[in-house]
Amino acid sequence: MENIDLLLHGFTIAITLPHLALMVIGVLLGILVGVLPGLGAPNGVSLLLPLTFGMQPVSAIILLSSMYWGALFGGSVTSILFNIPGEPSSVATTFDGYPMARDGRPTTALATAFGSAAFGALVGVILITFLASWVAKVALAFGPAEYFAVYFLAFASFVGMGGAPPAKTIVALAIGFAIAAIGIDTVSGSVRLTMGIDELVKGVNFVVAVMGLFGIGELLIAVEEEFHARAVSSKIEWREVFRALGRLPWHGVALLRSAAIGCWMGITPGGPTAASFMSYGIAKRFSSRGKHFGTGEVEGVIAPETADHAAGTSALLPMLSLGIPGSATAAVMMGGLMIWGLNPGPMLFIDQKDFVWGLIASMYVGNIVAVVLVLLTVPVFAALMRIPFVIIAPLIVIICAVGAYSVSNSYLDVILMLGFGVVGYLFKKLSYPLAPLVLAIVIGDKAEDAFRQSMLMSKGSLGIFFANRLVTSLVVGGVALLLLPLVLQVVRMLRGTAPDQAKPEEMRIT
Amino acid sequence: MNITSRLLLSTAAILLAGAAPACAAWQPQKPIEFVATAGPGGGTDNLARAVQNIVTKYKLTDQPVVVVNKAGGSGAEGYVYGKASAGDPYKVIFGTSNAWQQPLVSKVAFNYTDLTPIAAMAQDEFLLWVKQDAPYKTATDFLKAAASGDFKMGGAQSKDTDEVLTRLIEKAAHVKFTYIPFKSGAEAAVQLAGGHIDSHVNNPSESLGQWRGGTQRPLCAFSPKRLPQGPKITATEGWSDIPTCVEQGLAISQYEQPRTVWLPGKVSADQTAFYQDLMKKVQATPEWKDYIEKSSQVDTFLSGDAFDKFIKEDLEHLKQVAAEQGWLVK
Repeated sequence: MENIDLLLHGFTIAITLPHLALMVIGVLLGILVGVLPGLGAPNGVSLLLPLTFGMQPVSAIILLSSMYWGALFGGSVTSILFNIPGEPSSVATTFDGYPMARDGRPTTALATAFGSAAFGALVGVILITFLASWVAKVALAFGPAEYFAVYFLAFASFVGMGGAPPAKTIVALAIGFAIAAIGIDTVSGSVRLTMGIDELVKGVNFVVAVMGLFGIGELLIAVEEEFHARAVSSKIEWREVFRALGRLPWHGVALLRSAAIGCWMGITPGGPTAASFMSYGIAKRFSSRGKHFGTGEVEGVIAPETADHAAGTSALLPMLSLGIPGSATAAVMMGGLMIWGLNPGPMLFIDQKDFVWGLIASMYVGNIVAVVLVLLTVPVFAALMRIPFVIIAPLIVIICAVGAYSVSNSYLDVILMLGFGVVGYLFKKLSYPLAPLVLAIVIGDKAEDAFRQSMLMSKGSLGIFFANRLVTSLVVGGVALLLLPLVLQVVRMLRGTAPDQAKPEEMRIT
Repeated sequence: MNITSRLLLSTAAILLAGAAPACAAWQPQKPIEFVATAGPGGGTDNLARAVQNIVTKYKLTDQPVVVVNKAGGSGAEGYVYGKASAGDPYKVIFGTSNAWQQPLVSKVAFNYTDLTPIAAMAQDEFLLWVKQDAPYKTATDFLKAAASGDFKMGGAQSKDTDEVLTRLIEKAAHVKFTYIPFKSGAEAAVQLAGGHIDSHVNNPSESLGQWRGGTQRPLCAFSPKRLPQGPKITATEGWSDIPTCVEQGLAISQYEQPRTVWLPGKVSADQTAFYQDLMKKVQATPEWKDYIEKSSQVDTFLSGDAFDKFIKEDLEHLKQVAAEQGWLVK
């Protein structure tokens, strides 16, 4: 196969001493920006971009993409240890990762997260290696109607997820949509819901919302409920790292399913955030231990992490082959490509073979470098969990405040972040689910734009959502997911078994 | 601080500065913030970073320069920030003609008069693009087909430069388009490549990759004369091979988008002069020429009265379109 030859040639470019050194530097910097909330991969990459102008394009992209891998890994660390997602795409990791860490298993949670992330990334690269041209065609088939259908599918996989009563989920979604609508509307160009505050024209940044909802919200709950017993005496053992990695193959189905969802969302390009949420939602529904999701279930970490990295990796493909960035970081890198004098697009694969295949080979090597480095840091990060709560709590407040401020150097964001903290607390107290709220804040405006663009195109006819096989199957899939819990309930009722039969048993386990 | 002590302090400062020549007007004394009203990777962000690199490389000021992105609300976030920083000469706002166009059609909390204009530095051209395999060879063919069909024109944002140009084409060629607003020109380009829309009016840099990659091609350029000769983009054609729209019988002789540089309001004439001078020095470097060529823009420099005049004329133009479309908000 021609691709294999090209890939081997790529390895000769990627595995040289200077490039390996660049990978290590990039990954370490990436872990740093990933761990620091509010910085994140897109910002980190854009800070580093000016330094690359004097470099060879291959070296430059290797440095930047290694930083991207590092940031993707680093983003999971704070999600798991402190319930503060460093990256939008690691929000779903908090749902089970944080309970695991809180219950004294931070090492297992981190090692599982990194292991499944590496698997996801690997599947993503393999996909890029073999399916580059096919993938390019798939992405082109996505018009506004198809985009809306994908977002709809992501929302539907959540509503139907169970856990919270569907009515509460829909309330949470609706609040999220309202928050996403703040700012300038793409389709009409008018300013919405700024409530007389000039600065709100920029909209509510996702990081601000998430740090408040999760970081501060969780802190408020903790202060109220279990102020004393927070320091976790977790033993740090290398054996536990390997044991967690060794157990991964037992979750093969979850890994493969999540990787498939991730690749699909990365290419289409729904992006890593939607991918991790959807993967979590679907895992919760189909996993045999789905009922226990949210209390510290290993598969609840595997599902979002694998999908996140598979999507993050495959998101680079549409960027290279079509010039469509599949994620915010990919968009920044695309800016870099142009500055280095390369034009993303189909011709890149023909004109710049060394660059493209050097990059693809570096994805294999870079991910291995990243996973080794990040696993080495697990005991260090896990040790953070032993710090007593009275010290950690003010630190979390500082991290959240600095993170919110650094998003766009604005005090308003800090106030908003604290406000979201209160919302997060109330949501937990009244047992409303946070996940749909966050999902709606992140992709709500994209879904709205896509829907209204479709309506403009079809002159108001809903027929556009059934115009071809692709969009029809997406919509039907979404509706099916939405109706699934209803159908299951009806079936159970017809059989005459009480739906709550499993409850006593469940109580004992949790 | 009362006036006396302020005077004393400034006297002391002058004494301390000592050897500085009396004519050396204002110089920055602390780090300068470049505010890009676009996200990382966008055209305005690229400009701010190109200027930052040149300023740093040639040490055009002793102070460090940092770029921050304030892209929210189609750039309104950056302009509002500039308005709120009135009197602060350490914030330089990089934008487009949005600075005066947006307040006209949208209830944003700023107007360009809240800012101090420094310069318009580069002009982005507009072209009419169709899908590679579309049957139209010329703009004339395309407009003829558009007159009888239901054509979808994509563009970046709503009531912004792309939609204004679309409405101008409608008027000039007596056709009607369904305008579909996307977040950016790059998004519109992808939608055209997939055949979801029929055309768009992207800047050269927004669709360069797709033209080279053979997914879409330009029909005509909205400029008074053909674009400058550059390297060939496809095997046979470069920018200068694209006819002007006037040549093709579409009577829009000029439409372009300047990249603009501003200070907040209420800064002194000295401070304004410092930055105008700085931008002139930037423009004289080979790195600038390189940036202009790579981003396929046109090199221009307007400041002072010429820039004012340009804004006023552009506003007149826009007001007419906006009034006809019922977009005016004030």
